[in-house]
Amino acid sequence: MGYPVLSTVIFLPVIGALILLFISRRQEVAIKGISLLFTTATFLLSLPLFFNFDKSYKGMQFEEVFEWIPAWNIRYHLGVDGISVLFVLLSALIGPLCVLISWDSIKEKVKEFYIALLLIEAAMIGVFSSLDFFLFYVFWEAMLIPMYLIIGVWGGPRRIYSAIKFFLYTLVGSVLMLVGIIVLYFNGGNTFDIPTLMTKEFPYKLQLILFWAFFAAFAVKVPMWPLHTWLPDAHTEAPTAGSVILAGILIKMGAYGFLRFSIPLFPDATKAMAPVMLALSVIAIIYGAVICLVQSDLKRLIAYSSVSHMGFVTLGIFALNQQGLEGAILQMVNHGIVTGALFLLVGIIYERSHSREISHYGGLATVLPVYAGFFMVFTLAAIGLPGLNGFIGEFLIILGGFKASKLAGALAATGIIIGAAYMLWLYQRVFFQEPNPNIRDYKDMNLREIITLLPLVVLVFWIGVYPNTFLSFMHESVKDLLVKLQ
Amino acid sequence: MRYYLLIPLLPLAGFLINILFGRRLLRDKAHWVSVPLVGLSMVFSLITIGQVISGNVINEDLYTWVVSGDFRVSVGFLIDQLTAVMLFVVTVVSFLVHVYSIGYMHGDPGFYRFFAYLNLFTFSMLMLVMSNNFLQLYFGWEAVGLCSYLLIGYWYEKRSASDAGKKAFIVNRFGDFGFGLGVILIFLTFGTLHYIPVFENASAISGKTIHLLGYEFDLITVIALLLFCGAIGKSAQIPLHVWLPDAMEGPTPVSALIHAATMVTAGVFMVARCSPIFNLSETAMTVVAITGAVTAFFAATIGLVQKDIKRIIAYSTISQLGYMFLACGVGAYSAGIFHLYTHAFFKALLFLGAGSVMHAMAGELDIWKMGGLKKKMKITYLTMLLASLSIAGIPGFAGFFSKDKILYQAYLQGELGRFLWFIGTITVLLTAFYSFRIIAVAFHGRFRGTKEQEHHLHESPPVMTIPLIILAIGAVVAGWVGIPPLIGEAIGLKGSPWFYEFLSPVFGKDQLHHKSAHSVTVELMVMGLSILMALTGIALAFYLYKEKEEGGEVRVRASALLNNRILKRIHTLLWNKYYIDEFYGFIIVRPTNWLARRVVEATVDIGIIEAIVNGVPAFIGRTSERLRRLQTGLVSHYGLYMAGAIFFIIAFIMLLR
Repeated sequence: MGYPVLSTVIFLPVIGALILLFISRRQEVAIKGISLLFTTATFLLSLPLFFNFDKSYKGMQFEEVFEWIPAWNIRYHLGVDGISVLFVLLSALIGPLCVLISWDSIKEKVKEFYIALLLIEAAMIGVFSSLDFFLFYVFWEAMLIPMYLIIGVWGGPRRIYSAIKFFLYTLVGSVLMLVGIIVLYFNGGNTFDIPTLMTKEFPYKLQLILFWAFFAAFAVKVPMWPLHTWLPDAHTEAPTAGSVILAGILIKMGAYGFLRFSIPLFPDATKAMAPVMLALSVIAIIYGAVICLVQSDLKRLIAYSSVSHMGFVTLGIFALNQQGLEGAILQMVNHGIVTGALFLLVGIIYERSHSREISHYGGLATVLPVYAGFFMVFTLAAIGLPGLNGFIGEFLIILGGFKASKLAGALAATGIIIGAAYMLWLYQRVFFQEPNPNIRDYKDMNLREIITLLPLVVLVFWIGVYPNTFLSFMHESVKDLLVKLQ
Repeated sequence: MRYYLLIPLLPLAGFLINILFGRRLLRDKAHWVSVPLVGLSMVFSLITIGQVISGNVINEDLYTWVVSGDFRVSVGFLIDQLTAVMLFVVTVVSFLVHVYSIGYMHGDPGFYRFFAYLNLFTFSMLMLVMSNNFLQLYFGWEAVGLCSYLLIGYWYEKRSASDAGKKAFIVNRFGDFGFGLGVILIFLTFGTLHYIPVFENASAISGKTIHLLGYEFDLITVIALLLFCGAIGKSAQIPLHVWLPDAMEGPTPVSALIHAATMVTAGVFMVARCSPIFNLSETAMTVVAITGAVTAFFAATIGLVQKDIKRIIAYSTISQLGYMFLACGVGAYSAGIFHLYTHAFFKALLFLGAGSVMHAMAGELDIWKMGGLKKKMKITYLTMLLASLSIAGIPGFAGFFSKDKILYQAYLQGELGRFLWFIGTITVLLTAFYSFRIIAVAFHGRFRGTKEQEHHLHESPPVMTIPLIILAIGAVVAGWVGIPPLIGEAIGLKGSPWFYEFLSPVFGKDQLHHKSAHSVTVELMVMGLSILMALTGIALAFYLYKEKEEGGEVRVRASALLNNRILKRIHTLLWNKYYIDEFYGFIIVRPTNWLARRVVEATVDIGIIEAIVNGVPAFIGRTSERLRRLQTGLVSHYGLYMAGAIFFIIAFIMLLR
């Protein structure tokens, strides 16, 4: 391919956003059309990352390097390896789906909404492909502002509280990481270049301090217990597209941070702190699952289930072995697909009912059979049914976790029991029994909605039946990561 | 040619076609797709079985499923003698149930959905039995669980149906928790999940130990017991049996196929498949045997007093599964599999017969509202009678040969074995009793239902009765492939029974052929006692439930028994199923809810974490609000602050010196 793939997929949405600035706010169809066009183009142009990625190479690929601020040795350095490439692809895929799902549901300040959406997409992809700490931090924070607006402007009744909470929570974490980045800059030979810094060895004490500084930023994003309380509020109040981005991509940035930075830069501190991290992960898995049992709000339940699922991810990461790490990366993708899809589905029914209360529903399977079928697929994926994507990730994570600590692996597996309980109970209350009078005249999913969900259904089965397509991306880079831990 | 792949793939195709096009296109013609595809699958499986009989065992990998580091597992197929038996049971019963369902489910609004799920189940069950590794086994295991969930809750508008489906899934997850960990432990021990290398190396790890929570355990025992957890859930053994009776909420063909003949036997199949592992652990074997015997007995006692025809048969299933585990636990795997195979016929038949009765009586389940059905439903009655004779263990019928073999093998296993044999023999009496209680109450005597029911009473259409007849033939003759030599020689058969010979490559040669006079006496004694028990049970059922006029009122002798206080108490205990559901509600469901609501949500999440999260900004806000007041704008105030500050700084420096 003769074009700089990463720069293209980062800046294409930005160009789209700039074009939207010049379109009259009354021309809503044009605004939506342009957004769809640019996000779809971004996805299509990101596909070389999938087809041309060299799976036998452990290092960075598709690299682009330019001087940016030479005085500070800051460079515009992009690249992906087996750890980040799937997230760039996932972000590019989520973009058009978010436009499609917002098509009818966003009715106010349409132009501003799509501008914010396009900017978020650019920043997300930027985060996963930056190889310069300065650039990384710019994208990391750039994501915050449009997300804050999306929750605060287009969100539900408690949007202001939730938006501020989300903003402050993440900002406090990020600031500590910024300090850490600056310390790294001075201790690593005045460079922000991530691959260069990875070759350096830092003294144990410094590693430990920096580990916790970065932990603050990443653990809030994941979110790890007990820093999770922004998540249910933000996910619940955000409009559908916002929830999808939060669940699908944004919270992956924290786990990605552990993989990209904490492990290779602070390997000794990572090893020393792994038991603490495993413990926090197991708490998150069980705590998140248990609290789901008593939620009465659809979105809040799915939001809390993210805490549990992300607990699996961090468990896999800090198991610090091949199965755990690969399971964690795969599970991040899986969670993006499945929880993203569940939020899309909740958005679809919310458009009809304007209610998030589970008790508002009942008997949807009779009235909306297609919708019920889609929801069933993702429910089963969420509870880790073999043959679907969630199982492969969870199995590898529990296997890896069990290798690292039998107790942690066994306790994590209890999360699967509770997971089945809350998801099936949710499904029963919403879809089974006699149709609730509230829902009798709801329409089943239309073509636009089906098209939005279909790519995710395909992925659920693809990863479940033939996960090697995706696992093979990771092998070399994860092996390399493990070498650094030796 | 890997045409054996068609065995699972054809039902899968049926599922896909029906789930995608059934609602709009096929609707009430869904069976046009489903039934022929399952039929074809049966044909291919019969061909494959023929090949296995002629000595061709298949074991090949189709493609690599998951790779991660040293973890590598394939989608692959092992078709040996054990799989062949399972293939026969699964495809034949599945096909018959599919045919029967055409009549039974006729007119149901979800007709296409029913056949789609039934196809999916057949596919999943075939993947389970044909797997050549533990992960694919786990796939089939969970997938049949899903189908069970979907089919139990098939009439989802009914609260009790969707509750029962959910309960089945979650209770099974408790067992699968152990099963999954067992699979992981197998990988960590052997470095592979494929059956053959695991079983070949199993003896090498015998004696090794594993540290768990500061204690040391025998590794192979831990693995075996973890696997057995899964079997307890799937095959509804005590203490995880509670889901199976509730599963009767599903349509009756489902009960016959999934909850009697095939899925619930997956646990027995798995234990038998893993016999090289179980054989190495005496502890695990003992646990399996005791669990089986205890379950056989307790489930049978509950079955004695229930009124719901399907629930009686469900408890009977739990009990018979117990016999199969008893067989495995005493090392008589082929006897266990033999019972699995004969049971599939007579138990599927009992359920389908019950379904035929329900079909005639507008869904009636209470045997006390039936009565005298034998006049109007001759085929159903006769086939049910044959099935009952078979399950009771009357010589010549299939159930006799398999159950007798299990009891005889148990008897030979030392003191514990003799104790378990004793329980098993008592259970024969209970089995015969509850089976013939159905016959006596529902089919004999006079009709006790409504006038309307009586008016509509009819024999089911041929599409339903033909499967009944075929199964009835099976319930009689299926056992003839495993006639013990003791009887075989008397009727002119030579050599050891074909069925055990056939399975010997999997489980080893049947070692119980010592021809001493003593063993013949013992075998005759065991056999005779079991026949005696069966006959007593049948006689007792007819005696206690024979109707007689008493002062213008029709009564049975059994109702007089309840005047006895002790018997009344026992009856209450059994009627309430030993209060096990209530017990779980008390120790699991309610505490979990309390934990979730009061501790996790109210105390930790809102009371502590959120209080801190919201408290810090609030504190900063309040503090700044107060500090703000210092900014009065009066120069004299600022002068005062400066003077004060300078004073403190000087004082501080002086003090430091």
